[in-house]
Amino acid sequence: MELWFTERHTPNVNFSIKVDHQLYSGNSEFQRIDVFDSKEFGRFLTLDGYMMLTEKDEFIYHEMITHVPMAVHPNPRNILVIGAGDGGVVRELTRYTSVESIDLVEIDELVVEVSKKFLPTTACRLDDERVHIFYEDGVKFIRRCENKYDIIIVDSTDPFGPGEGLFTKEFYGSCFKALREDGIMVNQHESPFYAEDAAAMQRSHKRIVESFPISRVYQAHIPTYPSGHWLFGFASKKYHPVRDYEPTKWSMLGIKTKYYNTQLHAGAFALPNYVEEMLRDVE
Amino acid sequence: MTELSQVNAPIYEALRRFRRMRVVPFDVPGHKRGRGNMELTEFLGEDCMNVDVNSMKPLDNLCHPVSVIKDAEMLAAQAFGAANAFFMVGGTTSAVQSMIMYACKEGDKIIMPRNVHRSAINALILTGAVPVYVNPDVNKQLGIALGMSVSQVEQAIRDNPDAKAIMVNNPTYYGICSDLRRITELAHAHGMLVLVDEAHGTHFYFGENFPVTAMAAGADIASVSMHKSGGSLTQSSFLLMGEKVNADYMRQVINLTQTTSASYLLLSSLDISRKRLALSGREIFAKTVEMAEYARSEINDIGGYYAYSRELINGDSIYDFDVSKLSVFTLPVGLAGIEVYDLLRDEYDIQIEFGDIGNILAYISVGDRKRDIERLISAMSEIKRRFGRTGADMLSHEYISPVVTEAPRKAFYADKVSLPLEESAGKVCTEFVMCYPPGIPILAPGELITPEIIEYIKYAKEKGCQMTGTEDINIERLNVLK
Repeated sequence: MELWFTERHTPNVNFSIKVDHQLYSGNSEFQRIDVFDSKEFGRFLTLDGYMMLTEKDEFIYHEMITHVPMAVHPNPRNILVIGAGDGGVVRELTRYTSVESIDLVEIDELVVEVSKKFLPTTACRLDDERVHIFYEDGVKFIRRCENKYDIIIVDSTDPFGPGEGLFTKEFYGSCFKALREDGIMVNQHESPFYAEDAAAMQRSHKRIVESFPISRVYQAHIPTYPSGHWLFGFASKKYHPVRDYEPTKWSMLGIKTKYYNTQLHAGAFALPNYVEEMLRDVE
Repeated sequence: MTELSQVNAPIYEALRRFRRMRVVPFDVPGHKRGRGNMELTEFLGEDCMNVDVNSMKPLDNLCHPVSVIKDAEMLAAQAFGAANAFFMVGGTTSAVQSMIMYACKEGDKIIMPRNVHRSAINALILTGAVPVYVNPDVNKQLGIALGMSVSQVEQAIRDNPDAKAIMVNNPTYYGICSDLRRITELAHAHGMLVLVDEAHGTHFYFGENFPVTAMAAGADIASVSMHKSGGSLTQSSFLLMGEKVNADYMRQVINLTQTTSASYLLLSSLDISRKRLALSGREIFAKTVEMAEYARSEINDIGGYYAYSRELINGDSIYDFDVSKLSVFTLPVGLAGIEVYDLLRDEYDIQIEFGDIGNILAYISVGDRKRDIERLISAMSEIKRRFGRTGADMLSHEYISPVVTEAPRKAFYADKVSLPLEESAGKVCTEFVMCYPPGIPILAPGELITPEIIEYIKYAKEKGCQMTGTEDINIERLNVLK
């Protein structure tokens, strides 16, 4: 018997992982949630059939979306995480003793429940006492926040489906308002490679550029995401991600990482020419 | 043959049967099931082209219905609580015109509020009927025209006992309803017909706790835009008739101006939508209202904006309010409605129904998703943060009562000259000037041009309202009576 999970990356490209067995399948009010076990990637979570994370490569995504802003901000105390019900971002954040509070806003309670049960690798720190979980639409939650957070991490799914609103200008504008005067917002920025993803990436970049004075993009290599070449957006009111970055200060924290390091931090902002061009086109 | 009920959709069923018959077309339309126009077929889809067919025996004929269209019209009449119903394929415009042409001949008087849709005044040009305008009450704060007050209707009837009909807008674009029952009683007591423009009230017939419908209030004829809240295709509507209306004569009136090649896409959309609302309208509109109420309370929480509702009810010119409408007063954030309307589209990719000087209207329906409502609310919050002004010099007055000096038909066909807008004060206008939407005339043929109106037109243009109606496409000149 062969059982394969297949995700369509484009109408002409499929990505498949051989499944050992399925652990969970259920429908929430918002989406279909599945958890599988596989030999190559370990356990993995999909939403509406789209790959969210695998045990084998989730560290890349979660370290890069978390440590980059945390290392730039001199004193991040109050953090807001939107999406991320799997707990991966929270796990990385709880490693900083400076952090006083982590508000996690996840629209789908079932994602958190399923993650706690089947994905202990990422969900392990959701019970940290600094973490407050709100089951709400992120677009709605942030509308009421003003001058409240040092860092906002937008761990969205895709620019269609329940996470659609997290790619809009009204959302980025609300994030700007919710941040303190030296706040930083980091978001999952899609991929520049396949045409449809690239268009979504450009659209959201344009909206962020219009909403924040500083807006840079950095990259990482995530094998299970379409094309493997993934981008993150770094939007900030005050700090430049490379010029205002003090590597020694972060190294002194002694946080052990598998992907992120201080040299890679600067390097990640160096982008291929074709990506630079796409970004320039909308800036 | 089994008896028809609301689960049936006779036109739709006939089209499905017809498709299976694979009839070879040597009739119009010439695209022949789309094969003759592949680019269009790729764009609209083969299924759509396949049912774009002509009237024929198995599919009946809208001009003279004897089989499936007749059945479908009977089911629609039942669903709306009317004695008869007609499918209309020329928009509610054609329904409004037909009911006025039914009620009035040349020279007949018709009592109507001045804030009617242009289609009603167009009908006056066509028939030569003479309007007796009841100037609607105006809410000074919001700058919007309200419903007809009963006392003003009484006065109009006393002054014009020879009027043939009274026309009522119910609800208005903004959701405001008049005391339809009382107005109907008054009119009937004086032998006048009651015509209701219910373009924005389809849902009243199927949801719960909505204002009274024209048919339930005993009105004679109503025009219902099924394509607005009812979910059918754009341009498709119903004309509803009460017991006393001669439906066969009405059909003749409709056929004066209606196409002889009615689109089966439109007809089937009416048929299917009527079935859907009859079967599940209650849940559909409960959900719509829930979303509108949620949006209203969140928008009011932003501060500045005023999303109004039933608290406006005053027992007369705001006798009732349609809570499925999301009308928002924007002036307190320092922005004209039309500015918010443009910002929503240009900055946030959100298209709403219309913006006028002081208000916007976002159309809420069962097709909306909660997350889109959240986007709308957030975008409005952002617009206030980014673009809001305080104490800006906003023109607060919206509705200006016109001075009617000539019947619309006489003015429209009279000898006229074209004058620059600024020089037209004191003259009688021979054409329409309006913002579209909402399509309610600022000036109609036969009305006096005043400095106040010129100022209003200039202001609306400057704020970016889409102005229509005049012969001069740039609205820099007006046609006036010689």
